[in-house]
Amino acid sequence: MTRKELIVSALENGTVLDHIPAENVYRALDILGLKDINSQITIGINLNSKLYGKKGIIKIADKFFKDEELNKLALIAPKGTVNIIRDFQVVEKKKLEMPSEIEGIAKCMNPKCITNHQPVRTKFTVIEDNGEISLLCRYCEKKSDIRGIF
Amino acid sequence: MSKSLISIQDFSKEEILHVLETAKEFEQNRSQKILEGKVIACIFFEPSTRTRLSFETAVNRLGAKVIGFSDATNTSVSKGETLKDTIKMVSNYVDMIIMRHPLEGSSRYASEVASVPVVNAGDGANQHPSQTLLDLYSIMQTQGCLENLRINMVGDLKYGRTTHSLLQAMSHFNTEFVFTAPEELKMPVEYKDFLKKKGLTYTETTSLEEHLNDCDILYMTRVQQERFTDPMEYEKVKDVYRLDASMLDNVKENMKILHPLPRVGEIDQNVDDSPHAYYFKQAENGLYVRMAIIAYLLGYR
Repeated sequence: MTRKELIVSALENGTVLDHIPAENVYRALDILGLKDINSQITIGINLNSKLYGKKGIIKIADKFFKDEELNKLALIAPKGTVNIIRDFQVVEKKKLEMPSEIEGIAKCMNPKCITNHQPVRTKFTVIEDNGEISLLCRYCEKKSDIRGIF
Repeated sequence: MSKSLISIQDFSKEEILHVLETAKEFEQNRSQKILEGKVIACIFFEPSTRTRLSFETAVNRLGAKVIGFSDATNTSVSKGETLKDTIKMVSNYVDMIIMRHPLEGSSRYASEVASVPVVNAGDGANQHPSQTLLDLYSIMQTQGCLENLRINMVGDLKYGRTTHSLLQAMSHFNTEFVFTAPEELKMPVEYKDFLKKKGLTYTETTSLEEHLNDCDILYMTRVQQERFTDPMEYEKVKDVYRLDASMLDNVKENMKILHPLPRVGEIDQNVDDSPHAYYFKQAENGLYVRMAIIAYLLGYR
């Protein structure tokens, strides 16, 4: 048994988010709203990864997410993976999929956009162009570079 | 949900042509009381003359009544009321809301909150679709059709929302574009990419003379001081183009000069009497087009 499998299976029941860029771990916690829950959460940052250099990992005990909730993470972790653990076993392993639309996360970078002045929930269409991801605001119709708005 | 007009892209080619045909009918008979008994709100959170007066005239000529304000300072907005609450309240009173607001995206948001159709009369630097439709109407009326024309857009092509929306709308009609602008105010890449994706051609130049004599429409714009953060940048480009009557000797016979107005120095007053000048008639056309928009959205045309 490799050491990696040990880390993953150390959870009895829950969700393991793997291959998150190390610098985006805190944003991932934010996006999933994990800052205010009572479940046990284990966070690893700057773990060595053969494939990606430095990576981050988040393990949440006794919590399972809907796919559309997890897929929001694809914006900051396009190569992220999800492991569902039940009774110490990985029962499901899947890749994050880029959502076509996102709501309520990310701010519009246009300072004159209504969403930055009134209590309006942001809505964006996700645009992928040659591997570059940008968000098109439903309201002001401006494109925001993904790196600028998180 | 009721149909609103927020962005010119909300209308299909068929809907655009339908509204323009309806506008023709209103131009021939400009008082048709088809909306008797209706009440329409014109709420302007930002100053405007042409747009507000022509919308209010359009409502009156259709037989409906207007309520509203042209300055938000003496309303609850100054007490900190949110746009959502203002729109919710107003939409309980009226059959349609026509609004202008300085923040971008405010009209789209209002259309999600309102129970009645919303017409965007300008949301900051974003969209102003009734202007685009009256530009299309003016092009159609002067050229006989909208297909296969060459349009020369001049001036501030970087910040000018009218040129961006007109470009999107004209892309339905196999238009050939010329972009005349100084280096600092060139047409943004995203709009040029949009044309490329649609298989349309465009030419760029910095010289007003270069394509003056081979275009069907000369669409002049003002360099808007309020869009510049650096006053030196503005000084450099503000008087870059000046159209003068003496420059019109060899233009095409059918060529018309359009301008969304207000103008400052870019068209000399000596052009006003030329048969090519069309900008005042263009502003008048706004009335018929706005009557057509209102009648269409309320299901009367």
